[in-house]
Amino acid sequence: MYRAHVLVCGGTGCTSSGSQKILEKLNRELDKQGLTKEVAVVQTGCHGLCALGPIMVVYPEAVFYSMVKEEDIAEIVEEHLLKGRVVKRLVYDETLTDDGVKSLAETDFYKKQHRIALRNCGVINPEVIEEYIGTGGYEALGRVLTEMTPDEVIQIILDSGLRGRGGAGFPTGLKWKFASSNRGNVQKYVCCNADEGDPGAFMDRSVLEGDPHVVLEAMAIAGYAIGANQGYIYVRAEYPIAVKRLEIAIGQAREYGLLGKDIFGTGFDFDIDLRLGAGAFVCGEETALMVSIEGNRGEPRPRPPFPAVKGLFESPTILNNVETYANIPQIILNGADWFASMGTEKSKGTKVFALGGKINNTGLVEIPMGTTLRTVVEEIGGGIPNGKKFKAAQTGGPSGGCIPAEHFDIPIDYDNLIEIGSMMGSGGLIVMDEDNCMVDIAKFFLEFTVDESCGKCTPCRVGTKRMYEILDKITKGQGTLEDLDRLEELAYYIKDNSLCGLGQTAPNPVLSTLRYFRDEYVAHVVDKKCPAGVCKALLSYHIDADKCKGCTLCARTCPAGAIEGKVKEPHMIRQDKCIKCGACMEKCRFGAIYKE
Amino acid sequence: MAMKKPSVPFSGTPEQKEALLSVIHELRGEKGCLMPIMQKAQEIYGYLPIEVQTIISDELGVPLEKIYGIATFYSQFALNPKGRYQISVCLGTACYVKGSGDIYNKLMELLGIVGGECTPDGKFSLDACRCVGACGLAPVMMVNDEVYGRLSVDDVEAILAKYD
Repeated sequence: MYRAHVLVCGGTGCTSSGSQKILEKLNRELDKQGLTKEVAVVQTGCHGLCALGPIMVVYPEAVFYSMVKEEDIAEIVEEHLLKGRVVKRLVYDETLTDDGVKSLAETDFYKKQHRIALRNCGVINPEVIEEYIGTGGYEALGRVLTEMTPDEVIQIILDSGLRGRGGAGFPTGLKWKFASSNRGNVQKYVCCNADEGDPGAFMDRSVLEGDPHVVLEAMAIAGYAIGANQGYIYVRAEYPIAVKRLEIAIGQAREYGLLGKDIFGTGFDFDIDLRLGAGAFVCGEETALMVSIEGNRGEPRPRPPFPAVKGLFESPTILNNVETYANIPQIILNGADWFASMGTEKSKGTKVFALGGKINNTGLVEIPMGTTLRTVVEEIGGGIPNGKKFKAAQTGGPSGGCIPAEHFDIPIDYDNLIEIGSMMGSGGLIVMDEDNCMVDIAKFFLEFTVDESCGKCTPCRVGTKRMYEILDKITKGQGTLEDLDRLEELAYYIKDNSLCGLGQTAPNPVLSTLRYFRDEYVAHVVDKKCPAGVCKALLSYHIDADKCKGCTLCARTCPAGAIEGKVKEPHMIRQDKCIKCGACMEKCRFGAIYKE
Repeated sequence: MAMKKPSVPFSGTPEQKEALLSVIHELRGEKGCLMPIMQKAQEIYGYLPIEVQTIISDELGVPLEKIYGIATFYSQFALNPKGRYQISVCLGTACYVKGSGDIYNKLMELLGIVGGECTPDGKFSLDACRCVGACGLAPVMMVNDEVYGRLSVDDVEAILAKYD
């Protein structure tokens, strides 16, 4: 028995901010104080509050240390772990109260969350199968194999109302049902889409890193339900920690007889192999992903035939996303009604969002479907930094759109997001403030799609390129009002005629910004101004003669020699020489330089 | 995409070739083994020049054009060698809205190369990547496996100076 447990976050966010060094230092310090038999150190998956990393939680008190540095460790070990005194200066200040330290669960960030998919993330050591089993892991698989028929399994998933968490929101139970005919007579496959390509979304990575066994268990359940005995996880090679933990988890599960032949002595065989993606966004599309597992260029193919009929290696296949799988064992254990009691009429359960961009609490949150954007941004996310004004929230990645402040109170679910011109996507939620230019953002996404279009069908390959060129023209101040109409016309053409989801949704960032921020486009085209001050070609820097003290700092800073003026006299910027780097504005101590 | 003549001539060693052949031998029976073999080959050589693609093609009996097609389709496969220090700047959405584009531009200016290239001395190569998943630390860049987060343009020069 240990008297204290120290949880050190080993997610990618915290690892990037140095948690590995902290872990090593912690072990050394504990050793030095002779505490290794009393205090256990556990490296966990992501806690969600990546903005505060590296994160360390000390139990039994659940004291939450944030932004811990290597040099703080000796103090934490000596003061807290040896003498029992919390090091208040390192504690996350939201948890500090007048009379002590409150639990993390009571903070704004965690209070409204409801963790199902992320249940074990940040709680268990993902590299130890016993810890997963200790929190009820593999119980659902046991129950399914020993007490339920495959059809009963499918029925419970259907009744729960679970929809695919990868983007389109197709009912998971229905997918399984389509693939379930002819059990036992044909080779079938269960695939997991862990090719999380949507920039700004990292919930799947967190599940894989923090709770890899839940995916294995759910895939085995799916295999039993449809009559498959082989699974593949297609995971991004860019996620090395996730790949490593999956490899460990698969090895342990095989060792325990939870994967392989005759699982739980029921005669059911199921095994899983990993396939690494190689950096192609389009491979998140289901047919492209399967073509890629087969070892080819990941180009999508037309549907039908749907994968449930003819998928991987021409066999019936189901493909679900990581977060979808992470819900399955809990639905089996707690029942369909439990799951369906959360969320909105057509979107049940919870959804994990990756909060990013101009928001104070960047990180991962899991909230019931139907939570409003206002709650997410203002309460859970802690609002916008530096007192700036909220402009838009971008959801759905390159397939989604920008939601303006006027829809702040809309309950977030699959159907509402589509109605307002965006989509759920995999759950990235990037907040933008008044300093972000919406035309530039649209251009950013189109550049992405141009890059990632596989080139198989013309509307997507050529169409997105033409849209990008028009947007580029507009951000350079060379656009016309006709260009805006042309953009819209092209957008609908591409949506209607592209082969796969990538092309069909690629115009969404443009359409949604045109819908809600048309005035910004018009400002670029007609007034030749970028209201947010982002598009360089439309900017000019000036010196306010009343505020300038003539300190000459800006003139000395300017790399182009564009600033002239005598000491103690107001300076001025020569527009013909200015390269618009903004260095002068950053350096000026009197706020005398402005851009317009 | 036209094949650009690599700036560095191919200098594979017999040991590397042997390692590749044993990988091919081990994996060739598996369904869909081509990509895993190419990934291992890139691990062995650091990149996938036409010479390496040819070995795979000859051994597996797969046409070279198919292997080349795959190598150019996926961004992870490199036809040119990388620098000793591989810099990648995250241009994912969360990093982009926090100014990673400016950091990328600054690096191109300081290194005198554009994205996808390697400095002539083979020291630095520069790439843009889409989301390393450290969105909480945006904007982010990586030098080999070292992650630098919460960056501003002014930090870039000092980071480069650390690699000598």
